[in-house]
Amino acid sequence: MEADAARVVIRRDGDIVEARQKGRELAQQIGFAGSDLTLIATAISEIARNIVVYANQGEISLSIAEKNGRRGILVVAQDAGPGIPDIERAMRDGYSTGNSLGLGLPGARRLMDDFEIRSTVGQGTTVTMRKWRT
Amino acid sequence: MAIPILKQGDILIASLQAAPTDQDLVQLKDDLAERIGRLRSRGVVIDVSALDVMDSFATRTLRGIAHATKLRGANTVIVGIQPDVAFAMVRLGLSLDGIATALDLEEGFAWLQPPPIAEAPRGS
Repeated sequence: MEADAARVVIRRDGDIVEARQKGRELAQQIGFAGSDLTLIATAISEIARNIVVYANQGEISLSIAEKNGRRGILVVAQDAGPGIPDIERAMRDGYSTGNSLGLGLPGARRLMDDFEIRSTVGQGTTVTMRKWRT
Repeated sequence: MAIPILKQGDILIASLQAAPTDQDLVQLKDDLAERIGRLRSRGVVIDVSALDVMDSFATRTLRGIAHATKLRGANTVIVGIQPDVAFAMVRLGLSLDGIATALDLEEGFAWLQPPPIAEAPRGS
């Protein structure tokens, strides 16, 4: 059976590379091609880095999404870090508390089709994003 | 894995491999700064043609390298950004404003060559 899902534990910067490579592989299996593969891999890279920088540890699971006969990729990034007190602000371009460009979350949202973020201070953050095949 | 740096004349060439980690990029910054001083280099070419992703961290680090080398007296040109990667960078909101870029190594070298000395006007 072909692997139709993958899970990558994110602890250090090398894991970011692994997560985006696994994401690219799965997206390719689903039938994405060309620039979509790069968009998906880049979005995974951004949210994986957020885990390393802000939460130290977490995981990214990748799977096939299906809705109304359409296929796509589902990426869920989960951590038990400090959480984001002000999500609206974190979603704004150029806002960062971590000495970065502040493009991670808003940038990932622009790269994907669906983007959802849930965060509870002191408990952690979950980012759910999907991209559908055209 | 450290990113190899080659020397050709007074130019340094760093060829990024397929998937450098954040740590590799940070080390490249230090390695280049040191070598520019030791080898008295005047130009740096960073070849990113093997990269399939340029995320915000990679872009910020490359920008930092270009600015730091400039302060050390060397110009940096980034070459080989792939079409899909360029497209993703734009969507992400990343730019390399103020940083020299070129299509490939050859164009990068051409950009670093000193301009021909203009013929001094002769009074007759």
